[in-house]
Amino acid sequence: MPKIVRTRVEFEGEVRERMAVVVEDQVLPWSAREKLDIVGRPHPRVGGRQIVTGGATYTADVQIPGMLHCKIRRSPLPHAEVLSIDTAEAQTLFGVRGVLTHANAPRIRWFGNSFLFDRFVRFEGDEVAAVAADSEEIAEDALDLIHVRYRELPFVVDPEQAMKPDAPRVHKEGNVIGGPEGDVYERGNLEEGFARSNHVFSERYETQAAVHNCLEPHCCVAMWNGDELVLWTSTQHAYGVRDGVAAALGLPLHKVRVICEFMGAGFGSKQGAGKHEVIAALLAKMTERPVRLYPSRREENLAGGVRHPTIQYLRAGVRRDGKLMALHLRSIANVGAYGTDSSEVGGPVRELYDCANVRTEQFAVYTNAGPAAAFRAPGYVEGMFALESMMDQIAYSLSMDPLQLRLVNYARKDPVRGATYSSKPLDEAYRTGAKMAGWNLRAKAQQMGARRRGLGMASQIWGGGGGPPAYAIIRLNSDGTADLVTGTQDIGTGTKTVLVQIAAEELGLKAEDIRITVGDTLAGPYAPVSAGSMTVPSMGPAVRAAAKSAREELLSLASALMQVSAASLSIRNGIITSTTPSKTVAVSDVTRRIGDFMIVGKGARGPNPPNVKVRTFGAQFAEVEVDVETGDVTVTRVVAVHDFGRIINPLTSGSQIEGGIVQGIGFALMEERFVDPESGTSLNANLEAYKIPTILDIPIIEHALIDRPDESCNSIGSKGAGEPPIIPTAAAIANAVYDAAGVRVRSLPITREKILVEIGKLKLQPKPAGEAPGPAQKRRRPRRG
Amino acid sequence: MKDTVRSGVLAQRRRRGPGKLQLRLNVNGETYEVMVEPRRTLLDVLRDDLGLTGAKKVCDRGQCGACTVLLQGVPVYSCLKLAIECEGKPVETVEGLMSNGRLHPLQQAFIDHDAFQCGFCTPGILMSLKALFDRNDSPTEDEVRQAVEGNLCRCGAYSKVLQAALSVARANEQE
Ligand code: FES
Ligand code: FES
Repeated sequence: MPKIVRTRVEFEGEVRERMAVVVEDQVLPWSAREKLDIVGRPHPRVGGRQIVTGGATYTADVQIPGMLHCKIRRSPLPHAEVLSIDTAEAQTLFGVRGVLTHANAPRIRWFGNSFLFDRFVRFEGDEVAAVAADSEEIAEDALDLIHVRYRELPFVVDPEQAMKPDAPRVHKEGNVIGGPEGDVYERGNLEEGFARSNHVFSERYETQAAVHNCLEPHCCVAMWNGDELVLWTSTQHAYGVRDGVAAALGLPLHKVRVICEFMGAGFGSKQGAGKHEVIAALLAKMTERPVRLYPSRREENLAGGVRHPTIQYLRAGVRRDGKLMALHLRSIANVGAYGTDSSEVGGPVRELYDCANVRTEQFAVYTNAGPAAAFRAPGYVEGMFALESMMDQIAYSLSMDPLQLRLVNYARKDPVRGATYSSKPLDEAYRTGAKMAGWNLRAKAQQMGARRRGLGMASQIWGGGGGPPAYAIIRLNSDGTADLVTGTQDIGTGTKTVLVQIAAEELGLKAEDIRITVGDTLAGPYAPVSAGSMTVPSMGPAVRAAAKSAREELLSLASALMQVSAASLSIRNGIITSTTPSKTVAVSDVTRRIGDFMIVGKGARGPNPPNVKVRTFGAQFAEVEVDVETGDVTVTRVVAVHDFGRIINPLTSGSQIEGGIVQGIGFALMEERFVDPESGTSLNANLEAYKIPTILDIPIIEHALIDRPDESCNSIGSKGAGEPPIIPTAAAIANAVYDAAGVRVRSLPITREKILVEIGKLKLQPKPAGEAPGPAQKRRRPRRG
Repeated sequence: MKDTVRSGVLAQRRRRGPGKLQLRLNVNGETYEVMVEPRRTLLDVLRDDLGLTGAKKVCDRGQCGACTVLLQGVPVYSCLKLAIECEGKPVETVEGLMSNGRLHPLQQAFIDHDAFQCGFCTPGILMSLKALFDRNDSPTEDEVRQAVEGNLCRCGAYSKVLQAALSVARANEQE
């Protein structure tokens, strides 16, 4: 029986209490000793064949007969009032079918007090008008023919400037979200802690705006069937989009169906309904035609979201023996014009180390830059860079082994709530990683001419426990195959594969006899957002519960047919076996006998265990070469050891680790969106000037998994793997750069220029306005075309 | 909000550019006849007019490689080619990689090595590699890296792409 409980839900570092209807988990966790056939083994990706043959249908590929193409006119100014929009000329263009502006769009509230098409534009890229036309080219032509008059307003793109009382206001309520005190956490007595310290370190760190740049943009196709909206969209949360779009359009939930079959990644930037989906739906209604909206790469860079750039002031007090006595962080996150404040920059300072006296003050500040959005482990990547850089600095100045310093401050219990961890093999990750990386053998700054080699390390902590609500349904077909139906989405992480493995394991079927449906709100029951590393630990147990219920029904039928007791039956590989008397029968024989009477198993994610803290842990070791003449940094090797509880599929979890490290390398060394402070406009909104790692930038990546089921966290013993791998990478690289070249760069990305300045080989000239200080990278221009 | 456009401006509708032309394309060994504007890229024609959506549109300006197809056997960014330039020249896309219902060895290796995550970059990378392997069926690691350097993969599947390609190279060597 379902019951109502209060449960703690942790999401991207924030913990919330929620009322929930939950079904007590009837499924006992698989024990560590249990022999599993399919779970825990490499399994090729479900849907892989479609991907490699070009047959996978992404939102980008959806084509409906009669479909129009939508393009959006965006503000060229960082802050202005829209005085007038003249669309007359655009409407006379052949093939233009609909134009939407604030004049004819319904007044739909968006981002607090502003509207879908607002009278004020607050960043370069804000939506001003939209056109639907017969082709994308015509829609683009039409944008040129829309005449907009603006009154320019003063703007601010620097968050520290924006915090000043006389700064231009991005929103009426003021620029600092939640008021001037910020978001404060405190434990112990900070001043006492500093007073009892032998050394106090105080540094300023900076992290940059990194653009998600998912290869599939925030695209969608909207189509009306009578009064029902069907929306194909590239999203991390089909149900979230359903709810958001329904609310914006005033539709009941059953009139909106959201579909996302294959998805070209999100990395945090596609977590709920966006303006683009509402605009496409409105234009589809207006024109009575399906409408596709496909943003350009430039739009994606301007308006698709960035990792919150941060400024962090970190102070640490330590005893002579390395024990942390006090930690004080003041962080400022630039959320841009509309971003959310969900970035927990203080997370690592609060919870990584055993330190009695801690204070974090987090500020989230509006500016007239493109909006920030959660980006793979938001806050923790940035916060970990500062904290682990600081720890490294402390270790060197105390002449301690950096790894030893971490062990001195190892937290056995959660320092925030004092709760015990469901499992914490971080010490093991340190040991294993150190061994793999040759940490103890490392020589001081090896030299090869101008090139210096160094090794650095950093730690990782993150949530990833998942939780309810999450549901799944399994239906057995008369031929013994099964349909696993869910409302979750596979954003490229391997969700489909892992869920099929879990269902196959529990049900005793072959994986290829199970078909999974994801990303359709009409088909599958509610599933949570694919973010916060929570998909597997939330959906996995729900799928297992559904499979268990189907299995039990199947076995009771089989026991009647075979005339043996259900307790003596088990299923493997599609064969039902009874021990006494020894008999076998194929699952398909049973299902065929009942014909179209269908076995339907339903499953729900049970509640999280009370009073324990579920966290993922890990450590990474980076080896770099720094050229002290040119400032060039090459990452030659990264060793990663992570704990995600039980590994369902070593193939896909390994891919998560490698992908996180590659993005971490980009963040550490090359990625940065530049907004020119003089004009407030973006200088590198494309994939040429905005550098992301290519295959030439990839080091040797070695990883090890602490593949140990966390039996107290949920019935599959797994924790999430999506975000942890990116968390320590930049910090480990920065520490390796110090080990190699003896300079500490406290501002990301670590460019050649910054290294040469630190070494003293380069004096910074004030930059002429409007010139992008392009991060020096060795990526060659693509040659063909 | 009902309708800004239909209210009787049809008479003065203007057109930009010369309108559509008839064009013959040879894609994956099949001949297609399409009516397209001369400014339309090969990529848009493949995707929107022919429904061959394997090649992806990511940057539309030659910066990412997701749209890579082979034109006369040479990998090109199809977003940088006008369709009218390609008349009479054989085009190969990822949809033509299989033969007789069998996956190309590169395709199979990509599946076996998990050489993709979201897969949005995969058709482009496969075509870059196809061109390489057509020239040289057992390339070195450096040659593989060079062949794929113009293809961005935001999910970071690069090491597995490398492993997959090299596994095919090794198998070819042994033959
Ligand atoms: S879409 Fe052609 S290179 Fe990016
Ligand atoms: S697999 Fe996602 S971009 Fe390459």
